[in-house]
Amino acid sequence: MRLRNHPILEFKEQRVIHFTFDGQDITALEGDTIAAALHAAGIRTLSHSLRRHHPRGLFCAIGKCSSCLMEVDGCPNVKTCLVPVKDGMVVKSQDGWGRFPSATSRKDYQRKEIPTRETDIAIVGAGPAGLSAAIYAARLGARVMVMDENYLVGGQLIKQTHMFFGSKDHYAKTRGIDIGTLLRQQCDELAIEILTECSVIGYYHPHELAMVHKRKLNHVKAKAVIIATGASENMLTFPGNDLPGVYGAGAIQTLMNVYKVKPAERVLMVGAGNIGVIVSYQLLQAGVDVVAVVEATPKIGAYQVHASKLVRCGVPILTSHSIVKAYGNESVEGAVVAQLDNKWNIIPGTERDVAIDTICLSVGLNPASEILDQAGCRMLYIPELGGQVAVIDRNMETSVSGLYVAGDVSGIEEASSAMLEGRLAGVAAVQSLHGSSPQIEKLKHEIQSGLDALRTGPFGEKTRIGNKIMTEAAS
Amino acid sequence: MKHDYINTGILRLTDFQVPPPERRRAGRVIMIECVQNIPCNPCSTICPQGAITIEGDITNIPVVDFSKCNGCGLCVANCPGLAIFMVDESIGDNSAEVGIPYEFSPFPEKGEIVSVYDRSGKIICDGEIVRVRNPKSYNKTAVIYFRVPIQFSLDARFIKRKADKAKTPIH
Ligand SMILES: Cc1cc2nc3c(=O)[nH]c(=O)nc-3n(C[C@H](O)[C@H](O)[C@H](O)COP(=O)(O)OP(=O)(O)OC[C@H]3O[C@@H](n4cnc5c(N)ncnc54)[C@H](O)[C@@H]3O)c2cc1C
Ligand code: SF4
Ligand code: SF4
Ligand code: FES
Repeated sequence: MRLRNHPILEFKEQRVIHFTFDGQDITALEGDTIAAALHAAGIRTLSHSLRRHHPRGLFCAIGKCSSCLMEVDGCPNVKTCLVPVKDGMVVKSQDGWGRFPSATSRKDYQRKEIPTRETDIAIVGAGPAGLSAAIYAARLGARVMVMDENYLVGGQLIKQTHMFFGSKDHYAKTRGIDIGTLLRQQCDELAIEILTECSVIGYYHPHELAMVHKRKLNHVKAKAVIIATGASENMLTFPGNDLPGVYGAGAIQTLMNVYKVKPAERVLMVGAGNIGVIVSYQLLQAGVDVVAVVEATPKIGAYQVHASKLVRCGVPILTSHSIVKAYGNESVEGAVVAQLDNKWNIIPGTERDVAIDTICLSVGLNPASEILDQAGCRMLYIPELGGQVAVIDRNMETSVSGLYVAGDVSGIEEASSAMLEGRLAGVAAVQSLHGSSPQIEKLKHEIQSGLDALRTGPFGEKTRIGNKIMTEAAS
Repeated sequence: MKHDYINTGILRLTDFQVPPPERRRAGRVIMIECVQNIPCNPCSTICPQGAITIEGDITNIPVVDFSKCNGCGLCVANCPGLAIFMVDESIGDNSAEVGIPYEFSPFPEKGEIVSVYDRSGKIICDGEIVRVRNPKSYNKTAVIYFRVPIQFSLDARFIKRKADKAKTPIH
């Protein structure tokens, strides 16, 4: 089902297109990804698992989890959450590994020669961090190229319909979606090249990248590289967690706020951090019922203002509660939740059955740092920063000289800090090319103090601890 | 266990600054329900009267000077936390007017009777819509003013259209 009216989203005329799914004709709107179009048509099972052939639905909707793999125009293992639908596309659900690509589909990506693209600074990821890095580096005169595997520019901002916190300098009270547009405009004014549908799959010394643009392999040569690949949503273990209908909260947010698909009728949200609470509120805005938010710890992690605005709408946040199991045949039909004691054990007799069709997990994010590891950066597991991160200095530079990071990939925080880190990495990367100047030192100092200011207060504590561990490790 | 907003998301009147009764009886005035040290400050920069201040760090909490607030409503629409509300006990006839930020569609209409919810999401009374303010400058966060019996003036925090409620499946 599609959303018809919404308090925040705007509806534009979209061309109707047709494709087939397992032989069945599906009507879609131009701009849908394959997975979004299938959801709009009420289809949640996209494939079956490798060994036990369990039904599989999408989980992340941003290309990070591989649970949406399907065969598209003869090519197996296509991430259908990233690929836009085209008229006449032939989409098939995939059971297991899939078949060897057909001869016609092989033509799509076979190449006699692999072209090389050269730039000063190559930036991986067009979220708030990557775009800010590009803007600041380009302003200082560097040639930059931004690559993103999504076909839309803006990273997580494109689905965030709520107003952001912060100060004027971080676009406070502007909606995330509008911040994305503003950053995009600034890039356009600076004539920054942004390549979409473009996955960076490997780093080679010094500063060469293997990149797949619309299924074709490319070679990128740069003088410095900034990795701003963001994060992926964590899974939670419970029986039934692999049923279609169990989604990452961000995935549900993508379906409803980017593709305007009504993603569910009745939802159970797991996790009362900012994302869980914000997405619950946005589900209400899309006309979806949220039965409750369950949170295993005794405390709500989200900002009080976000929690309060949800609870007053009639959605309870049940702390010291968790999901025991999900059940259903092809897809989620219900869940059991229960109260936990202070040792995380289920209190017998408190189990409750809730009839829902969707479970959203918002149990944390994990830095998407694989490329950094592959590049040989010194890595460290820092739980306070969300997981495996590259060890960096005050300039966002990793142990590999000229390789920088910015945003969630360097530690889970917020868009406001992602933008500042992006600016800093952009400026520092230019410095590595052209040497320092009083202007560069001043800029860096301003950005660093801005970051320190954001991280004051109790909600910045995790990052402060994480960064301290990092600094100690670096020295 | 102590049942605090940190466990439930529900604030109590003792958790934040409430305008004194004389001030409420004198006309529209805000209540800010934002009690944690979060990195945010638009309320303090947008108020034309300088009624809201955040001293020092951006993570400090906002403080209101109720005598400076003239009830214009700008901060209600511009607070990203949707944490600022308006109250007016100057109406007489045992009713009070409450203003809340509202981001649901469609908007209720003037004169419509709606269900009124408190901070815990419980229905406490009916309310009558008095005004729907949604100028472009509010950027899609409307401010909706409605009338409630005066005993609910400090607790009315959300409204639902009766038509919308009927659509919610009951299990
Ligand atoms: C529901 C929700 C609410 C939020 N609310 C707020 C808020 O109120 N205020 C706030 O400040 N922040 C908020 N955030 C956090 C904020 O969105 C993130 O911290 C921010 O988007 C991180 O920016 P980033 O640029 O590091 O990563 P992202 O925005 O995730 O961007 C990373 C980009 O990299 C691309 N990419 C990844 N790997 C590759 C690859 N190998 N090749 C090419 N491209 C790749 C991805 O496609 C993506 O576009 C919220 C987040 C969520 C999910
Ligand atoms: S209502 Fe108007 S005058 Fe009162 S605090 Fe808000 S912005 Fe200032
Ligand atoms: S703008 Fe709203 S959320 Fe931000 S500090 Fe002010 S009252 Fe709190
Ligand atoms: S990769 Fe497509 S849903 Fe995760």
